[in-house]
Parts: sequence; C-alpha cells; structure tokens
Amino acid sequence: MIRAFANPHRFMALSRWLAPACLGVGALLMVWSVWQGLWVVPHDDYQGGDIMRAMFVHVPSAWLAMASYMGLAATGLIWFVWRHELADMAAKSIAPLGAAYTAMCLATGSIWGKPTWGTWWLWDDARMMSVLVMFFLFLGYMALRAAMETRQKAARAGAILAMVGAVNVPLIKFSVDIWSSIHQDASVLRLDGPAMPPVYLTPLLIGGLAHMIFFAGLTMMLMRAEVWGRRGDVLIARKLSGA
Amino acid sequence: MKTPSPLRAAFRQALGEAWAGGAGVLLPIGFFAGAAMLVPFTVGSEASQLSSIGTGILWVALALASLVSMERVFQADLEDGVLELWAQEETPLFLVAAAKIIAHWLVSGLPLVLLTPPIGIALQVDPGALVPAMLAYGLGGLAFFLWGGVAGALAASVARGGLLISLLALPLFVPTAIFGALATLEGPGGPSLLFLAATTLFALSIAPFAASAALRLAVD
Repeated sequence: MIRAFANPHRFMALSRWLAPACLGVGALLMVWSVWQGLWVVPHDDYQGGDIMRAMFVHVPSAWLAMASYMGLAATGLIWFVWRHELADMAAKSIAPLGAAYTAMCLATGSIWGKPTWGTWWLWDDARMMSVLVMFFLFLGYMALRAAMETRQKAARAGAILAMVGAVNVPLIKFSVDIWSSIHQDASVLRLDGPAMPPVYLTPLLIGGLAHMIFFAGLTMMLMRAEVWGRRGDVLIARKLSGA
Repeated sequence: MKTPSPLRAAFRQALGEAWAGGAGVLLPIGFFAGAAMLVPFTVGSEASQLSSIGTGILWVALALASLVSMERVFQADLEDGVLELWAQEETPLFLVAAAKIIAHWLVSGLPLVLLTPPIGIALQVDPGALVPAMLAYGLGGLAFFLWGGVAGALAASVARGGLLISLLALPLFVPTAIFGALATLEGPGGPSLLFLAATTLFALSIAPFAASAALRLAVD
C-alpha cells in the first residue's frame, strides 16, 4: 500500500484536486463547529461559563498536536526503512504544522485556564507539561533539519530524531503523570467529570474532523510545494550544465 | 602489527582527551559549580528555602553541565577521520558509540557526582542525605550523557552545534529529571530510585543505536 502512495506522479495527480478539496471541506466544517461552539450551544456554568467555548478549538488542536507527532515518527520510519522520498517530504511538511498546533493547544489552554483555574499556567497539570515537551521536540526537529547541509542528511537526521523522540514520548507522558499526581494541592477541573451531552459532543467531534481534514490539506499543499521546489532545482541544474 | 580494537581505542582516546588542553575535565566542573553558586543570589539566601530546593538545583546544574562539552565528543573524531575508520571496522559502531559516551561520562560526568556533597552542603541540604543521593546523581548523569550523546552525534557534522545539542537533548531529559529529583527527595529505598534506574537502562538500550545511526550519517 505504501508503494502505491510513494509514486510522486500519482501523488501530484491526486493531490492536485484532493489538497484544495480537503482545505475547502475542512474550512467549512471548522466554521460550522466554531459557529456552533460560539453561538449555538448553551453555556455551561460547571466548566466556567462561556469560556468553555474555547474547547471547540482547544481540544481539536490537542488531538492534532499528538497525531502530528505520531505522523512525524511514522513518516520518519517509512523514509528510514524504504527511502520513499514522499515520506520525507511529508515529515518535513508535518513538523511546522505540528509545532503550530502544539502552540495553539498551549495558547488556548492558557486562555481557558485563566478564568477557570485562576492562572495562565499550571505547572502541575500533566497534559500541559507533556504538550510543552512535545512543542520542544518539534522545535528541535526543525532546528536539526535546518542545520544539515544536504536534503538527504536532513532527512536521515530528522528520521533518527523523530524515532528517538517517539520511543521517549510514552516515557515522558508516564513520568509527567507520576510527577503531577504528587502535587495534588491545586485541584483541576476535569472534562471527564460529567459525561458530555451530545449538544457539545457533536460540534466537538465535527471540529476535530474538520481540523484533521484541514491538516491533511495543508500537509499536501506543503508537499506539493516541496515537489515543485525540487523540480525547479533539477531544471536549474540542467540549465547550468547545458550552458 | 596488530591494530588496537576500535573499542579500546575509542575509550582510551576519550580518557586521554580529558587531560589534554582546552575543554578538559575542569570545564564541566567549573560550569557545574558556577551554575549552582548563582542560585542563592537569585532565589535568596534563607537556609530553609535553600535546603528545600538544593537537591533540585543540583539536578538542573547536572543536566546543563552534562551538555557543556558534548559538542566536541564526536565532532573531533569526525574531523580527524577516526570516525570513518571506526565505521569500517568489524566492531559494531553502536559499541564504539557506547564506549565513547561512557568514557566521556567517566571523565566529565563522574567528577560532577563527586562534587555534589560539598555543593549540596553549601546549599544547606542535609549532609546525611547527600552521600546516598550520589547514586541517584550518578545514574541520572549517565542517562543525561547518553541522550546528550545522541544529540551530539546528530549534530556532529554541524558547525557550532552546541545550542542545537541542548535543544535536542533537553526534552529527552524530562523523565530522568523527574525521577531523579523524586529519588533524592525520598532518600534511599524509595521507589523513585528504581524508576530512575529504569530510565537510565532505557537510555542505555536505545541511545547507542541511535547515536551510531547518526554517526553513519555524519560520515557519509
């Protein structure tokens, strides 16, 4: 199955219409879920009133942040084992998007945390700390790629780092959970207190789906840009050698 | 003439470099002591406050000091071509990488551990707790050096890669720092020391392979 996706010509033909389609459908669904979240759903006093509407951006961005790190590690592994160039282009494209979604998750979490917890930042919330560590993993990945001389070396170094990071992520998560369970002074309101009624759940799930589709579209767009960039490099090299 | 095995050569060379001029054993020690010394100036000198954060300060100083000389560990071998020879030897490269990292820890990690009791006493930590805590600092320091070694190998071909190494390695220090700090607070016999040892074993089982893959990349 990987082989079928690894063909750049097939990818370019497919993504030519699939990427804009994903961006359009994702944007439409996103607008719907935000509209539902901001204006339609009733506000919930248990979760701090109107501020819980931040959930419709915050929770999807948390999902996407985690999914994009998994995607980074998976594409790194695929490139490392099979050397499919498209896998590396995907990894290169996912990294800045993942960092952006991680940053968005932290920012919306802080905005939501200020009125409900009384503070912008809680050092003893395990989820915040794990996401923060993941943000630094993304930054390190991009910095390492940027520091390498050639595309090939950037791909190899990036794949090694992404895999090392991926085996460490469960350990980081586990250790941060243990650590935060020791500081129990500040009580944290948890989403999983009451089961979420469908009036919230439906826009939230649609919002998650919207961000996933949008993310896929953005990734394909960046990959297309990378393919065009490499074609440009080949044309320049050909022209220089011919002249 | 029989050439020395690359393992032994790597080990001896790393030990020898520590006494050669420049970034030797003294640099991490000076950095470690200096970083710890700065803390009372910034957080205040009250004994009760210092004694409660003293072991944690030592962990931060240890984590940072373990990265000080990491830049040169593999870069020097890459520049003088030794790395290329090692990559062609029969001895697996991951063993050479492990030997280099462990030798580097012996010369610039272990002295820091020996230095924790005096600095800890200066930071008002209970002296009785500091000697058993050395085991935790030793285990944690080894894990720091192993992950730092992976970052150092990845950045071996990068000029001025020191800051890059820190950015790559510091997120990987999180589990060791957490369990290490808990272990020094609990004292000997607590469960956190076992978790700390587990993170070090985990690093020991993964880091040499990752470092050798990164070194092959640097050689190509």
